[in-house]
Parts: sequence; structure tokens; C-alpha cells
Amino acid sequence: MNSSDQGSVRPGQPEAIKAVPVRHPGRWAGALVVAVLAAMLIHALVTNHQFQWDVVRKYLFDSSILHGLGVTLELTALSMLIGVFGGTILAIMRLSPNPVLSGTAWFYIWVFRGTPILVQLLFWNFLGALWPKLSIGVPFGPAFGSESTNKLIPLFVAALLGLGLNEAAYMAEIVRGGIQSVSVGQTEAAHALGMSQSSTMRRIILPQAMRVIIPPTGNETISMLKTTSLVSAISLEELLRAGENIYSRTFQTIPLLVVVSIWYLLMTSILTVVQYYIERHYARGANRILPPTPLQRLRGLFSGRSPRTTTPDVVPGLEGGGHL
Amino acid sequence: MSEPTTTAAAMVRAEGVRKSFGLVEVLKGIDLEVRTGEVFVLVGPSGSGKSTFLRCINHLEKVSGGRLSVDGELVGYRQKGERLYELRDHEVARKRRDIGMVFQHFNLFPHMTALENITEAPVQVRKEGKADARERARALLERVGLSDKAASYPSQLSGGQQQRVAIARALAMKPKLMLFDEPTSALDPELVGEVLDVMRGLAEEGMTMIVVTHEMGFAREVGDALVFMDAGVVVESGHPREVLANPQHERTKAFLSKVL
Repeated sequence: MNSSDQGSVRPGQPEAIKAVPVRHPGRWAGALVVAVLAAMLIHALVTNHQFQWDVVRKYLFDSSILHGLGVTLELTALSMLIGVFGGTILAIMRLSPNPVLSGTAWFYIWVFRGTPILVQLLFWNFLGALWPKLSIGVPFGPAFGSESTNKLIPLFVAALLGLGLNEAAYMAEIVRGGIQSVSVGQTEAAHALGMSQSSTMRRIILPQAMRVIIPPTGNETISMLKTTSLVSAISLEELLRAGENIYSRTFQTIPLLVVVSIWYLLMTSILTVVQYYIERHYARGANRILPPTPLQRLRGLFSGRSPRTTTPDVVPGLEGGGHL
Repeated sequence: MSEPTTTAAAMVRAEGVRKSFGLVEVLKGIDLEVRTGEVFVLVGPSGSGKSTFLRCINHLEKVSGGRLSVDGELVGYRQKGERLYELRDHEVARKRRDIGMVFQHFNLFPHMTALENITEAPVQVRKEGKADARERARALLERVGLSDKAASYPSQLSGGQQQRVAIARALAMKPKLMLFDEPTSALDPELVGEVLDVMRGLAEEGMTMIVVTHEMGFAREVGDALVFMDAGVVVESGHPREVLANPQHERTKAFLSKVL
């Protein structure tokens, strides 16, 4: 039988296989169920007048909503900045051979990770009750000047401290994991070349740790964007609070929550795309061929060939210019 | 090793060098001398301490006893009278600039191209101008036969090519001494030759080299001196051709019969 099979194939030109593909009735049934459920959901969304889509449309670009959105974005960016820088310093402290430094970092992470962020926000807000005046001077000695705490820490700063310092505790663990993922050989090679501790960390270790640090940091940023809604509890007017202020006046609660949700969803979607491109940037050197961008994948889809076969053709050409 | 003091200056001198990791003593008193311009080969079974000794020379490992000096200066310590003072990190780094090291697993920086790997230390450590460093890096790449790979990342290079870039990276610091820690042990057999060729070229130019290797052919052909180590001590030493052809010690004979 084997010999007759081989006989039918001319040497050098094996025939393409023509076979009946496996049927997947389960997949079809599953898709059908999900499609029906989705249709029901859309129907419910459109026909339920409680959503008041006209109110949603009216308030979507309302100036106070847009202002709240601005505050939310500002809070997210600044508190992530505090988080990333603070976290990096804490991570380096935790990895330090100095027990005082690593102990302090451990304690910081223990406290800030171990208490709810809402409680921390309230603490920062009521700091004035704890220490009415803050002063600068010699430790335990005379003060050069002092200022009222409430004046020094307005609402926005309290929110920023609460979110940023809490984030630093989480980022510290992420950065530490990233640093530890880089092999010891890299440090040895840098040291053998006469590089100092700090430039080894800055030039060799951290750039490589980035590959491990970036994905969870992206998640943290997306999560932070949503966590900022908590500061509405200390009545700072960010996106959620702006919506609340309107519906407490007009009682159009649901449509305004929809407005707020649309903005959160849009922002997190944009962040997801940004995260993808940053990850791609730091993948250089690790992957021989960079993964295709969604645009390239789309182009592959429309050029008539399946994206799987087109991507290897597209990417190497871009590789030289792809990373700067 | 009771070698008579020679006229050629000693690049590395070890007197009773000891090294322990916890309770395990890896080096139990090493005495040897590497002269300037010499290719000095360290051989021995794994675990004999030869790599550890090599790493002591540029202070990647801290010596726990004895005296080890490079170019007349103690490694890792400063002597004032009878007292030894530990060197600060930046002083250690300053000494390491002049000692090149090539690792078994290359340890190239994977996020940098071949060219950037080579220019990194000259620019960061020696504060060389970027354009100058790049030009010298190109020349070094050409010297190791990789002038077309300047823009390649390490992951795009074969093992042999990576190791040649690593040698170029070490040479970019214009070292007075090169340490090779089993530079061909992680390579496919057919790639070993290209790396050894580069090392042979270096030796011909008079570079002082200490080479930990299992390549006995290279040792015989290029080496000026050879030391056989086992269990943290020097068992036998001499000219490579003599030791390899006519080992005196039982342990050396047993080892060589397996690797030759």
C-alpha cells in the first residue's frame, strides 16, 4: 500500500493534501448562544428608557465633565509618575545590602500595601488635624519656617500623595521583580568593564528589567485611572465627582454614570494601545522578529493573504527603522 | 611554584591566594606568576577553582587570604604599613578598566547592538567621544571579522559571533591584561575555531592573556605557560608542550588522558 502511494507522487512534486476538515458543531452552537445573548443585551440597552440616551448625549461633552476628565488624567499621570520613581527607589533600597535601607523599604511597602487606599486618602486629607503646622529645619532642632498643613497640602496634593505613595509600594515590587529577572552575568560583565554600580543599574540592568516591568506597569496605569475615582470621597472634583455633582442636581443618575463610564472606557482603551507599542519598543534585542503592530495585521488581512503568512514578510523590512 | 625571579615584569603575582565560600575552601593557597606578554593557560577539572581564581584577578570574587597583585598593585586592597584597607567601589572599578574579561556565556548586553555593546564602556567609563568610540568599535569589529554585524543584536548572532563581539568589547577598553573564562565551552564545536583564531591573533600582538580552557590544542600551540589545578591547589606547572606531552603528576596524567 505504501509503495503504491509513493508511486502516485511524482518525485520532486508532492501533491497538495485534499482532506475534509474536522467539523466543529460545538463551536457553532456556542457562537449562536452568545449571539442571541448579545442581541438581547443590545435590545435591552436601546429600549430601556431609564438609560436616557438623549441625556447621555447632552452631558457627554459638558464642560464640567470635561474638566473632571482633565483632573482625572492629571491625577493618573502624576500619581503614576510618583509611583514609578518612588517604586524604583524603594526597589533599589530593598535590594540594598544595607539593612537599614532594605528594612525601611520593607516597612514602607508593608504599611502602604497593607491598608486600603481609601483610608490612606482620608488620612492625607485630614493630615491638618494630625499636624496643624508643618515646618522645615534641623531635625529635633530649631525650625527655619513653618506653614499651615491645610495650606501646604490642598485637596489635589492630598489626593496625589494618597494615590502616588500607595502606588509606589506596588511599583516597588514590580520593579524589584524586573531587576531580579536580569541575569547576574550582566552585572558581572558591566563591572568587569569598569562600570560603576549606578551606571550599571541605569544603563544595563534597568533597560533590560523594563521588558518585565512594562506590562504590569501598564496594568497599574489602567487600574490607577479608575482608582482616581476614589478621590471623589474627599470631594476633589474629578470625572466621577463631576458626574455626581450633576446628577445630585438633576437626579439623572444612570445617564450620568453612563457618561462617566464611556469616558473611563475610552481612556483605558487608549492606554491599552499605548501599552502595546511601549512593550514592542522594549522587546528589541529579546525577539528576533518584532511582533506585528495591529495596523500591520490589518493591512495583512486586507491584502488578501492570511495575516500569519504576511507578517514575517512585513516585519523584517520595518525592523531597522522600527526601533530608534 | 618556585620559579626564579625573571627579568620580565610580572603582570599577575599570586602568593598563597585563598578563597572560601562559606565553609568550603575553593582555593587553598595558589602561588603563581604571569609575566607581561605571556599567554598563561589554566587547566583542570571542573570545580578545581580555576575560574574562581580568574575572577579573583579582577575582584569579581574577593580573595580571603594571601596576596594577589596585578601590575604591582594589590587587588581589592590598599596596603599602608602593616594594615590592609578595602578599596572603595569606584577604586575597584578604576582598576577593572584595564583588565578585559571574556565570559563563558558571553554576557553581551542583549538590548544593545553589537556596536553599542562595544562603545558602551569607552563612552560611559572612559568618557570617550561617541564618534571616536564608534569609529574604534567599527575597527574592532573588523578585526574580529564582523564588520557587517555592527547593527545586529546579540540574539541575531551565532554563539561564535557573540563571543567575538565580547572580545571586541573587552578590547575597546585597551586593557593591559585579558582574562578568558572558558571562552569556547558554550560553543558548538564548529564555531570554536573562529574564536580561537581571534585569541591567537591577540597573542601574536603580545597581549598578556590568562586563559581558562579545555582546548589543549590551543594551549600547546599558543600558550607560554600552563598550570594544572585540582581541588584548589596548583598540581603541576611548566611550558604547555612539556606538561601536556610529559605530565609528571598522577592526577595530571589521569586528567589529560581524558581530555586529549
